[in-house]
Amino acid sequence: MTDLSSPSPRLNQDGALAHVAYVLRSNPVTLLAFCMFAVLLVMALFGPYLVPHDPLVSNAAQALQPPSLVHWFGTDNLGRDVFSRVVVAARLDLAISVAAVALSFAIGSVLGSIAGYWGGWLDTVLNRVFDTIMAFPLFVLAMGIVAALGNTVENIVYATAVINIPFYARLVRAEVNIRRNAGFAQAAKLAGNSDLRVLAFHIFPNALPPMMVQVSLNLGWAILNAAGLSFIGLGVRPPTAEWGIMVAEGANFIVSGEWWLAIFPGLSLMFAVFTFNLLGDGLRDIVDPRQRS
Amino acid sequence: MIKDTSRRNFLKGAGATALSAGVLPFLKVLPAAAAGKDVIVSVTGRTINSLDLHRTGTNRPSYQVAVNVYDRLVSFGTKTLEDGSLSYDYSVIEPEAAESWEISDDGMALVFKLRPEGKFHDGSPIIAQDVKWSFDRAVSVGGFPTVQMKAGSLESPEQFEVVDDYTFKINLLRQSKLTLPDLAVPVPMIINSKVAMEHATEDDPWAMEYLHKTPAGSGAFKVAAWKPGEQLVYERNEAWTSGPVPEIKRVVIREIPSSSTRRALLERGDVDLSFDMPNKDAKELSEFEDITVTTTPVENAIYCLCPNLSFEPFKDKRVRQAIAWAVPYEEVFQTSAYGRGAPMWGGSSTTPQDIAWPQKFPYATDLEKAKALLEEAGYGDGFEVPLSIDLSQSDWMEPAALLIQENLAKIGITATIEKIPGANWRTASLVEKRLPLHLETFGGWLNYPCYYFFWAYQEGHLFNSSNYRNEEIETLTPETLHMPVDDPDYAVKIKRMIEIAWDEVPRIALWQPAVNVGTRDVDGYEYWFHRQLDARGLKKA
Amino acid sequence: MSGTLRTVIVRLSQAIPVILGVVVVSFVLTRALPGDPAVYFAGMAADENSIAETRTALGLDKPMAQQFLVYAGDVLAGDLGQSLSTGQPVLQDLMTRLPASLELTLTALVLSCLIAIPLGILAATRPGSVADHLCRVLVTAGVSLPTFFTGVVLIYVFYYLLGVAPSPVGRLDFIYIEPDRITGFYLIDAALVGDWETWGAAAKQLILPAITLSLFTLAPLARMTRAAMLSALSSDYIRTARAAGLTESKVLYAYAFRNALLPVVTTLGMVFSFTLGANVLVEKVFAWPGIGSYAVEALVVSDYAAVQGFVLAMALLFVALNLIIDLTYTLIDPRIGFETR
Repeated sequence: MTDLSSPSPRLNQDGALAHVAYVLRSNPVTLLAFCMFAVLLVMALFGPYLVPHDPLVSNAAQALQPPSLVHWFGTDNLGRDVFSRVVVAARLDLAISVAAVALSFAIGSVLGSIAGYWGGWLDTVLNRVFDTIMAFPLFVLAMGIVAALGNTVENIVYATAVINIPFYARLVRAEVNIRRNAGFAQAAKLAGNSDLRVLAFHIFPNALPPMMVQVSLNLGWAILNAAGLSFIGLGVRPPTAEWGIMVAEGANFIVSGEWWLAIFPGLSLMFAVFTFNLLGDGLRDIVDPRQRS
Repeated sequence: MIKDTSRRNFLKGAGATALSAGVLPFLKVLPAAAAGKDVIVSVTGRTINSLDLHRTGTNRPSYQVAVNVYDRLVSFGTKTLEDGSLSYDYSVIEPEAAESWEISDDGMALVFKLRPEGKFHDGSPIIAQDVKWSFDRAVSVGGFPTVQMKAGSLESPEQFEVVDDYTFKINLLRQSKLTLPDLAVPVPMIINSKVAMEHATEDDPWAMEYLHKTPAGSGAFKVAAWKPGEQLVYERNEAWTSGPVPEIKRVVIREIPSSSTRRALLERGDVDLSFDMPNKDAKELSEFEDITVTTTPVENAIYCLCPNLSFEPFKDKRVRQAIAWAVPYEEVFQTSAYGRGAPMWGGSSTTPQDIAWPQKFPYATDLEKAKALLEEAGYGDGFEVPLSIDLSQSDWMEPAALLIQENLAKIGITATIEKIPGANWRTASLVEKRLPLHLETFGGWLNYPCYYFFWAYQEGHLFNSSNYRNEEIETLTPETLHMPVDDPDYAVKIKRMIEIAWDEVPRIALWQPAVNVGTRDVDGYEYWFHRQLDARGLKKA
Repeated sequence: MSGTLRTVIVRLSQAIPVILGVVVVSFVLTRALPGDPAVYFAGMAADENSIAETRTALGLDKPMAQQFLVYAGDVLAGDLGQSLSTGQPVLQDLMTRLPASLELTLTALVLSCLIAIPLGILAATRPGSVADHLCRVLVTAGVSLPTFFTGVVLIYVFYYLLGVAPSPVGRLDFIYIEPDRITGFYLIDAALVGDWETWGAAAKQLILPAITLSLFTLAPLARMTRAAMLSALSSDYIRTARAAGLTESKVLYAYAFRNALLPVVTTLGMVFSFTLGANVLVEKVFAWPGIGSYAVEALVVSDYAAVQGFVLAMALLFVALNLIIDLTYTLIDPRIGFETR
């Protein structure tokens, strides 16, 4: 019997590892992506203990200093250390995107499985609901949700999750739909497993590989989404450090020559999204070797 | 509106026609200077959403249309400030569409003589019937215009009387020093009632729909083109009868939402004027040789930190005072306002010496004093409070709030910053008055301390977002509101009111804000209390 | 033919509940916005009375259900209401602003295709090579950039520092007057009347925002081209063509690319609708008078009619677009039906 922990039911452990090693060797970009991901993780986990300055303490006398040995990325308009803020923000940004994607993953999986397995009117209704969500300009829908609920971290997570649910649900639905009458599913049913059990432990795991790819790509997109919301002014509340807000506020300073306020958080933002996108690609190679030739 | 033949040269003006059209594509950017001596291009960040000030939903930036395209009976004079810049003069009322006026013997009526030569844009004469129709409209349509008229004791159509074609009479409800100045604010503009009434319908007796898009005035400019969200183009009224015809033929008001783009445009010489610049840009661009930045403190306005008396810790005067002692004024002023405006802290005495308003509050940054006051009030361990700011004003509110938050933490008060979206800000802060600690920005159009107190310190009034009530203020404010300034009682009472406001601090003054206008080779910019661009006096240097 | 007609009708009927859903959601969403438009629009010194007057004038004093019925009725009659912040009918606002957004989006997509498709083909012909990896890194970097950040940086470098780009003031510089409205697309309108000077000015204004947007859309197009080309190149007919001794370029363009085009076009449709939504941020940076910046402004001031109108218009556009894509698909490849949906 397969269980949830194996990433792909079609590969056994050793073979999977060997395959991963093979993919990484043959694709240096994926290896790079994994290294970049490690850097991000370190920033997120240990960032607050590593930074040279308190990211929240202002010092009006030191406002808008260009990058120097003391302040590697310079200081902002309140005299806060940009480097420290950029590093510390990694945790929040990753947390927002991971939470949002996890939420849409979970809800999307459940809804998609239901729609795909039982079909019928439930399927039709759910499909129309997803259609409706996707008929909105997604960013504007997220804006509306955050504006309506208030701009807190949780609401940014909810908004980002809502607009992503259809993607996961569609994916799961398609995978489940194809397999619900497959031999192994029928066999599991005949062996006395309930519908729910067959769905959860036999059919659903097959949808995981493509979903992992989607997750990885989505993480990057979720970060951009949160940053975009901040740019409009619907981001997290100050003085919390967050890349999107830092870019948005820093953008006003570029023309007056204080480029470091926006450039460094902007590059970090790009770095994170870049990492997730490359990672998504790499994962696709690993879980679905047929995509490559 | 604009025919093909004139289209190309519409904005280039006389100066630019010397450049042949063939040269133009090779110019990367046609410098604003080349756009001709008589065209001024101005940028602003806000949208002009209506050409009719009286309409529901007309926003503040649109008030400039009332100023430039319409006339009023009277206007304010002009004075030169210490720094050489121009400002309107509150103490002088000058004729505009009216030629002269007098107060009746019993003091209960104002009689205006209109200019016999006065003409609207369509050439028809400005007569008393037009004035009456316009004033009737202002007091009848409700909303902001009606409120503003009421401030000058102009409340109902019965007060307005047509004596003959060129004589207009206002019957006063009470003698008030506010009535005449209130006739010089943008609201009581004179509309061409013949044109308006042609377009009035049963459902729309005041021709709101028509005047919203088509002005019918007599002012110094006509509207040549208007595209909300993009631009408004004024064209000089060659036959202006209420004042000297403007030197500038066309003024283009272009809307650019991004402040850094506006700055770049001015810096690179692509525009002549940038209205209401952020303080930081004003500070930095004032060091440029060919850019003139005019910074004028806004009269009768203070940026305040307001503790709300409906919430427990702030009921205690000592807690409010503690906060007033805890604010890092100098840092806030330098970081949020980049030093543009006037400090409102560090006053030397707790009793005012004169009735100037606003004047420095007797507080400064003293954390020890703040802590001691909190101890005394029984809040030695501090408390938690949300500090609310307006999202659309976060450019200055956010840094100010962050610095205040930091200092409050030092005396044990944990403040969390809450950004409230623009649409909700007024509801939350002013109408429902439910923000425990917040920033507030009221400024009065009519420049009297009593007028400020009326709006901001009297219970239940709109800008008293602190829910403040003090019995003495409640009696003194209405007493002083209509009283002439030269009444000996006036100064005594106002001083007492200021003293109370200082002691009880329901509003903690941070600084007096300023309007920044950057110009390139443009003279004649004049500051007005309405904080909108008056294009009438502009000239190209 | 009747089969196709049936498919079209089925597909159209599927769109109806979606549109209904959009109408309901947009209404609920705007009413859930925290602001009180009556207060906001009553003006600076409004007191309780004038706020109440404003509320009545806006019809906001009626019960929610009635407001919805009024709204739904108006929408059916083609009346989207009047925007409070611009003071114009929403329909008119959208009509003037939609061409601006479409012009920008389409230019960006054309630009994007011109770069992405050759890149994708290049990568597909040499899978695993340095060129392949480089393409991948480049396009991924593009999609990783927040558009508002790219926009600001481009303005700073090309307008402010180098002075080669025109001032970012929207669709036309001050000195030009917009061409007479025929389609609302400045490039087309100017070209139609032969006003090449204005055409050039409009094109120049388009360059920076279009680059910003196209950087963001390179990735999906290049990737889909690469994948589709790879699968096409590994198919039997290509092997046959090669075996038959056709030249490599003939194999590549005449056979492989033509077959790879379908998925690329589908992606293009998706990217188009996505980009139109993502315009919001770019328009704000470049003062572009499109519907994106319109929606942001409206949302901030709780301008109900404008937000609803925008959302509705976009949703209809999306639905129409998907419909067209699906239908072209069915027409091209009759094997695809909607039974599984």
